[in-house]
This record gives sequence, structure tokens and C-alpha cells, in this order.
Amino acid sequence: MQTRTVELAVGLFVVAGLAALAMLALKVGNMPMLGSDQYYAVSADFGNVGSLKDKAPVMLAGVKIGQVGHIGLNRNTFEAEVTLDIQKKYNNLPTDTSAAILTQGLLGEQFVSLEPGGSQRYLKNGDKIRITQSAIMLDKIISQLLYSKAGH
Amino acid sequence: MDQDWRIVSRIRHIGRRVLDGVARLGRAVVFLVRLVPGFSVMATRASLVVQQIYMTGVLTLVIVLVSGAFVGMILALQGYNTLVRYDAQSSLGLLVALSLVRELGPVLTALLFAGRAGSAMTAEIGLMKATEQLAGMEMMAVDPLKRVVAPRFLAGWVAVPLLAAIFSAVGILAAYVVAVSDLGLDGGVFWAQMQSGVSFTNDILGGVIKSVVFGLVIGWIAVFEGYDARPTSEGVSRATTRTVVTSSLAVLGLDFIMTAFMLRGL
Repeated sequence: MQTRTVELAVGLFVVAGLAALAMLALKVGNMPMLGSDQYYAVSADFGNVGSLKDKAPVMLAGVKIGQVGHIGLNRNTFEAEVTLDIQKKYNNLPTDTSAAILTQGLLGEQFVSLEPGGSQRYLKNGDKIRITQSAIMLDKIISQLLYSKAGH
Repeated sequence: MDQDWRIVSRIRHIGRRVLDGVARLGRAVVFLVRLVPGFSVMATRASLVVQQIYMTGVLTLVIVLVSGAFVGMILALQGYNTLVRYDAQSSLGLLVALSLVRELGPVLTALLFAGRAGSAMTAEIGLMKATEQLAGMEMMAVDPLKRVVAPRFLAGWVAVPLLAAIFSAVGILAAYVVAVSDLGLDGGVFWAQMQSGVSFTNDILGGVIKSVVFGLVIGWIAVFEGYDARPTSEGVSRATTRTVVTSSLAVLGLDFIMTAFMLRGL
């Protein structure tokens, strides 16, 4: 009887510990292994990515449809190459979709915003988004403003 | 002349203490190596390990649950108070989750475990030695390392990572309750910010690795101090104190080293 209660308590303890671990993995952090086949990758070249980071959200009409996978530099064009992982269920983005790097609020995190075009053909895994708009650098705008004021 | 001799004896005293420390460390390592064959107890008499998981893990659960909940609630209140100055209270979930999963969960659980279960392990083994139960087992050709020490060591090793995960999960849930009901944050934003900022491989797995290391170190120190204790009531009491002090310092020191490596992306 005594050993049975002990075994039951230990069993419950181990189950609770594993459940807590599962909750941390699934609810708190996005476990990559489970979701990797639910995405398809599209790349886009930007003149400047500003402070865009890995795993930043990819939004369309304000809805999150994916995340930034990888940011690298193209050695030939000296442009930033950004891989966007987009959820498989949104596989009907037109090929002339445009991408822009915007900021949430004035000083918030940067994210990639997609604007669908009118083409009848859809983006596939490995395709490239041609029309892009770089991140807006706040300090550049301020300095331009100051120079134009000084010119007057 | 007399003065010179006093200085020499002082220096000799320092040397003796250093040598004692090195010898203890060496004995501890040899002890750990001798303990490894005893791990076969997992296969031969698993019930011994289960019994010890009950003694160390299940009975520590209450203190871990209560501390986890309070730490989570405190983090929510304190974090909100700071973040609201920068209008960034939407990041509260991320702040709480990262603090708990990376640092506070593994470290506070390890400290609580050292005080609650590590001290008990040392006292039990030390008293068994003082009352010559260990010697009696050897007389009966029962290996005390396998029968007494290995189950306790293994149980601690299993229990600490599980307790740390429970600590973090309970803390995050408690912070959620405080953030939504008391501070008036949006529950969806709380979880969404957390999920976009917490990485599974870096943060959660890093926390699990830390707690596995802490479990190993605390179990090792606790059983070694008990086994190495002088077989008197004073010796056992000293060994128990040493377990709590040494393992707490070891946990904090190792945490610093592991954090330094993890944040540099090793």
C-alpha cells in the first residue's frame, strides 16, 4: 500500500514535470522542429534592413503570416538578402507581391509588411520578391530635414 | 627568533588548509568515479530510485510551487513598474518568461533543492555512517554505494530539471494572472510577445541544460559530504551545513560560467 502511493506520487510528479516542459516548449517558445514543414521560404533583397532581426514577424494587412528566417548580405549586389518563412496555408500570394520593412509605432520593433499584387501566378518555395522598400532610417530623415532647412 | 617561527607556522597553516582542500576535491572525484558502476541500480532495483525521487522530488514540490508562483507575481509587478515608464508594458510576458526560463527557474530551484533535499541527503547518509549501518552493509556483502548512495544521487539528478520546469511554468502562469487581472494587460499580447521573443533552442534548452548540471552537482556534493562526514554528531551537522553552503556557491558560480558561454552563442 505504502509503495503504491509513493509510486503514484512519483508518477504524477514526473508527468507534471514533463507537462511543464512541454508547456514551456510549445506555449512559451515556438518550438522550431514541429513547425518547420508548415512554412515555405521566399527571399527578398533590400537596400537596407535597418534593425530588422531574425524571427521578426511578416505581416499582411496587419495579420502575422510568417517570420523572418535569415538575414544575410549578397556578395555581388551588396544588398541585404532576407529569407521570409511564410505559413503554408497562405500559399496564394501573387508573384508581384511587394515587401516593405516598417516599424511598429515610432520606436517599436521592425517587421516585414507584404502588399499583394494582381498576378495570377503564386509565389512558391525559393521564389524571390522583386519589389521591395528598404527600412526607413529615422536619423537619415532627420539629417535630411536639417540640411534642407539649412539650405533656405 | 620566536617571531620568525610564528610566521612560519602561520604559512604552514595556510599550506595545510590548501592541501586539505585539494585532497577533499580529489576524494570527491574518486568517489564520483566509484559511484558510476552503482548506476546499475536503475536496472536492478528501480524501486529504490523511485522511493528517493519521492523523498527528494515530490516532497520538494510544495516549496517549489509556492516559490515559483510568488516569484512570477513579483516579476510581473516589478517588470510592469519599470516597463510602463517606456510605454513598453506589452513586453511584460517576454520579460517574465526570459527571466524565469533562463535564470530564475533553474537557479532558485537548485538553491531550494540544496536546502530542502540536499541537506537531508547528507544528514541521512552521514548518520548511517555514524551509526555504522554502512559498515554493517559491507559486512553483509551489500555495496552501500549501490544500495544507499547511487539511488539518492540519481533521484536528485532526475528531480532538479523537472522541478525547474515546474517552477518556470507556474511562475509564468502566476505572472499571467497578475498581468491580466490586476495590471489590466491584454492576455493575447502577453502570450504573443512571449512566443515571438523566446527561442526554444537558446532559452528553453539552455535552461534545461543548466538545471541538469545543477542537479548533478548538488547530488554529488550532498552524497559526498554525507559519505565523507566524520562519524560523530558534530561531524554530521558540519557536513550538512557544508552541503548547503558549497552547493549554493557552486550553483551560482557554475551559473555565471554557463550563462557567459550561452550568451556568446556557444
